[in-house]
Amino acid sequence: MTTVPSRREWPGETLARVPYWVYQDEGNYRDELRCIFEGPVWNYVALEADLPRTGDYRTTFVGEMPVIVVRGETGEIHAFENRCGHRGALIALDDCGSTGKRFQCVYHAWSYDLCGELVSVAFEKGANGRGGMPASFRKSEHGPRRLRTATLGGLVFASLSPAAPPLEDYLGEAVRARLLRVLGRPVEVLGRFVQALPNNWKLYVENVKDTYHASLLHTFFSTFHITRLTQGGGVLVSPDGAHHASSTIDRGDDRASTAYRDQGIRSEKEQYRLSDPSLLDTVKEFGDDIQLQILTVFPSLVVQQVYNALAVRQVLPKGPGAMELHWTYLGFADDNAEMRRRRLRQANLVGPAGYVSMEDGCVGGFVQRGVAAAGDTLSVVNMGGEGAESQDTRATEAAVRGFWKAYRGYMGC
Amino acid sequence: MLERVVLLNAEYARAIDDDRLEDWPAFFTDPCLYTITSADNHRRGLPAGVIYADSVGMLKDRVAAIREANVFERQSYRHLVGLPALSGERAGAMRTETPFLVVRTMRDGTMGLFAAGRYVDAIVEEGGALRFRERVVVCDSSRIDTLLAIPL
Repeated sequence: MTTVPSRREWPGETLARVPYWVYQDEGNYRDELRCIFEGPVWNYVALEADLPRTGDYRTTFVGEMPVIVVRGETGEIHAFENRCGHRGALIALDDCGSTGKRFQCVYHAWSYDLCGELVSVAFEKGANGRGGMPASFRKSEHGPRRLRTATLGGLVFASLSPAAPPLEDYLGEAVRARLLRVLGRPVEVLGRFVQALPNNWKLYVENVKDTYHASLLHTFFSTFHITRLTQGGGVLVSPDGAHHASSTIDRGDDRASTAYRDQGIRSEKEQYRLSDPSLLDTVKEFGDDIQLQILTVFPSLVVQQVYNALAVRQVLPKGPGAMELHWTYLGFADDNAEMRRRRLRQANLVGPAGYVSMEDGCVGGFVQRGVAAAGDTLSVVNMGGEGAESQDTRATEAAVRGFWKAYRGYMGC
Repeated sequence: MLERVVLLNAEYARAIDDDRLEDWPAFFTDPCLYTITSADNHRRGLPAGVIYADSVGMLKDRVAAIREANVFERQSYRHLVGLPALSGERAGAMRTETPFLVVRTMRDGTMGLFAAGRYVDAIVEEGGALRFRERVVVCDSSRIDTLLAIPL
């Protein structure tokens, strides 16, 4: 993807216009890694369920920074940069594993404890009285960067910045409650997939926060009457704009609505019915009528409840024009066989081949390619007004504007 | 029997590559299991798939969604299917494993190796024809480029 030189200018204070250079500019991308991902935010890094015992670890990323997340000796969770303090090699090479009480770099066998503290340097005193590190060398000064960790609802978050507020304050009470609404008891992992997307990471995050597109782009939803803008629901945006939770409430009074047909939208196909409608057999498991809830935690986490299909999605930037979406499909540890089968079947709705999500894999690329020569042009983010407040409709881009409100705050622009 | 399995695999691949997706559900028994997963998930016993169908109706719905509902750029597959290994019979079905490669060609001509892996199958005879009671598509990689619309 060609990077278009730009002036990196913003159109004043409005949240309803976004310049396209933000998806292209290499320098801006580097600033994002530093100011956002490595800044005073909380990044989702693992599930507590991934780390049941001391020494169990997963490797992941905070922005582009490789990170190890590990269960410590007293049950606490540590996170530190996956970079040897000696020559910079990765300390852990696998996605996950169990390491006992030490990590050892393969290059020169420097070892780290589960807190990320450098505890041994091979031949530190030399061999046969020769070589070795100088007397002034202090192991304590050469560990990898350590991150703070915090957990909520079985999710592990990490922050590089001492300035990040406590996780619960960071989320705010309303978003925190919506997260715990779904993740209220121990989860089990049903599978993991990675989706490589040909677009800037922000285009995906905006897409997730964009409640306006759901039934327009994803025609499976509307043709099967799964969700309509005329149904109940809305979008909750945290006061700082950073996080959101959108919901669809099944009121069952929408079957006669012709709102889409009246607008001539292609998604209206009355004759289209499922051969096996048991796909959508759903159990209300959270004590309310919310059928779909999509929640984001700035900058990089999505928690999804689509009927009984649950997943966390981690957004990992991979350069200005590429990203990865790491899907972890979830059930609960106490699911019976029938519930598990229901989740596996409903997983068809989401993921890289999802009936209502596969388009999200390509639409970011459509924008990335569409704006290739339009770096200094502005996109229009005006549905539902100019503000970033919660709204009781999904025909709005309030949560997208919330993203830009938070983004510009962190970036100082 | 080896020859019949080879022909079954060849016909299956041709139906997909020739865009005769409507013929695809008939390769399966009803009920059935068709799922696409990764070697990593498979090794760990994690059951989720990017596609998971356990009835012919679900396979038909997948085809209908591809045709009627889902939006993606025009693309086609070319399957190269290797020779099956037959590993005996269990629970009334022949167990076979067959390696495959799939090259994906996009509308702009971009070609790429989209998937490599193996079909882990349970095959039964039904009305004189071989059908898949199970076809677990185990991709060597967990990473999927952009999206997976057409079945493997």
